[in-house]
Amino acid sequence: MNVVVASGLTKRYKNTAALDNASFRIEAGRIVGLIGPNGAGKTTALKAILGLTDFQGELSVLGLDPRKQRNKLMEQVCFIADVAVLPRWIRVSEAVDFVANTHPRFDRKKCEAFLARTKLTPDQRVKQMSKGMIVQLHLSLVMAIDARLLVLDEPTLGLDILYRKQFYQSLLEDYFDENKTIIVTTHQVEEVEHILTDLMFIRDGKIVLDADMDAVGERFAEVMVGADKAAAARALKPLDERQVFGKSIFLFDGVNRAQLEALGEIRRPSVSDLFVATMKGTYA
Amino acid sequence: MKTPALNEMYWLVKREFWEHRGGFLWAPVITGGVFLLLNLMGIIAGEVIGAQHGVHFLFSDRIHILDHALSADEVARAGALMDMVMYSTSFIISIVLGFVVFFYCLGALYDDRRDRSLLFWKSLPLSDSATVLSKVVAGTLLAPVIAVVCGVVTGIAMLLLFVVALSFHGVGAWHLLAYAHPFRVIANLIGTIPLYALWALPATGWLLLCSAWARSKPFLWAAVLPAAVGAMLSWFNLIGPRVGTGWYWSDVCGRILLSVFPGSWLSAGNYQNVSNGAALNVLNLGSAYSVMGTPGFWIGTVAGLALLGGAIWLRRWRDDN
Repeated sequence: MNVVVASGLTKRYKNTAALDNASFRIEAGRIVGLIGPNGAGKTTALKAILGLTDFQGELSVLGLDPRKQRNKLMEQVCFIADVAVLPRWIRVSEAVDFVANTHPRFDRKKCEAFLARTKLTPDQRVKQMSKGMIVQLHLSLVMAIDARLLVLDEPTLGLDILYRKQFYQSLLEDYFDENKTIIVTTHQVEEVEHILTDLMFIRDGKIVLDADMDAVGERFAEVMVGADKAAAARALKPLDERQVFGKSIFLFDGVNRAQLEALGEIRRPSVSDLFVATMKGTYA
Repeated sequence: MKTPALNEMYWLVKREFWEHRGGFLWAPVITGGVFLLLNLMGIIAGEVIGAQHGVHFLFSDRIHILDHALSADEVARAGALMDMVMYSTSFIISIVLGFVVFFYCLGALYDDRRDRSLLFWKSLPLSDSATVLSKVVAGTLLAPVIAVVCGVVTGIAMLLLFVVALSFHGVGAWHLLAYAHPFRVIANLIGTIPLYALWALPATGWLLLCSAWARSKPFLWAAVLPAAVGAMLSWFNLIGPRVGTGWYWSDVCGRILLSVFPGSWLSAGNYQNVSNGAALNVLNLGSAYSVMGTPGFWIGTVAGLALLGGAIWLRRWRDDN
């Protein structure tokens, strides 16, 4: 079943195209990383999915049109947009009370159990919390909602490594299952790559890569090649080449495995290396 | 499983109260407290100066009316006087309320866009119309109720203060308190609140619209835009046919900015036919609501609803980027 189906998504801000005829689908039970450089259109794509902005093209989220059926959609969709968007005046107890009484799919017991694992106290106000604590509160609220789609836009920006690790660990252990779908954008690619099931690269409003992680492993390969075979490797048109300890590391897209094995040791490229190679020249 | 609309509205209004406890609750409480303190200081000053000069000018001439049994007419006058005290404290608090509601509306759909907490509220399954409506309810129903209660409590405290001060002079005035009508005063003031909410609609609508629309400085937009239009009208008056600008300043500008001040309908020349016999009668519900007989009232209400519709639309689609 498809959770998100987008075709021909286009959104212009004055003279720049934030989304340029982007089409993609996201299936249920996936964790999708939407990765792109600054200004590539990630946030605009998420805003379109959440019904926060108007756009051209067709988009269906959980079978609903986010432009027309937003209220209904938000019962099934949660999002954490950036860190620290909780209102500064609210207390922990007020936030829990409010969500418990306005969200039909919120489980108060669950939320309280999550909060019990943190140092947050019911009387504490958001303005007295560190960024990490605000995210803990927000995550406790969101994970207690039985939603089908969770959208995370840079959820760990500016957090220290302990909070970042804890954030993704909680999501995986206490939240994610085959009925839920998560879309996450982040610049800290290293931290999410082992939890992603799907990878989407976006550049200048276009989807330039859309594949599941297994397919990525089959399609892309990194080979460390000695100086003697470098010319042969270059003949196979690598995506990227970099030098380490007098050897060259080549990144290939869709080249026959047997051919590559003759050149040297094959490794699975990291998402960040793949990202850098794909986005070459973005800011030039 | 759908949250019933009334329950949803209850929690939305409660949220507004949590956020604006300072303006809705503490502002009237503190105003009442300061008012009482000033009166206490005045009485003490009167006593001290009186003692120094050997005269009791504060109560000297009124003491006589308490010496004999009161006639029915005097009872009525004593009651009216005490009711007046309760109305007047409510009046002072209602001025504060006007300012609170004005700035509350101006910030209600702007502050959460500025600090981006809008993104949290928008992640909940709440409709934008319910959200905007909850702000109208909080500002023009909840806040006035709190203000009325504070006003009347302050008024009663004032009366007690006077009675205690009198009793220091050997004048027992406690029985007079029975002639006051605190419940009638409260009923009159509470009964006026729906009228206030409707009368204030053009202002709440306009201020919320500016609040939902402005990228920065909503106050400037809300105040400068109507002023600029007025200036343009004056200019047209200078060079072209005289249409007059008085109607604009009072019926348009005044209504979209100042009708958040309770009782501003009293000044609108809507009460020529109220007899000037008893001043307090104008505060009775029947005469207060007679403003509903004027076309201006209903034109304002309809315009206010249209402005609110605009605010809801902007709340839904405004994309700050």
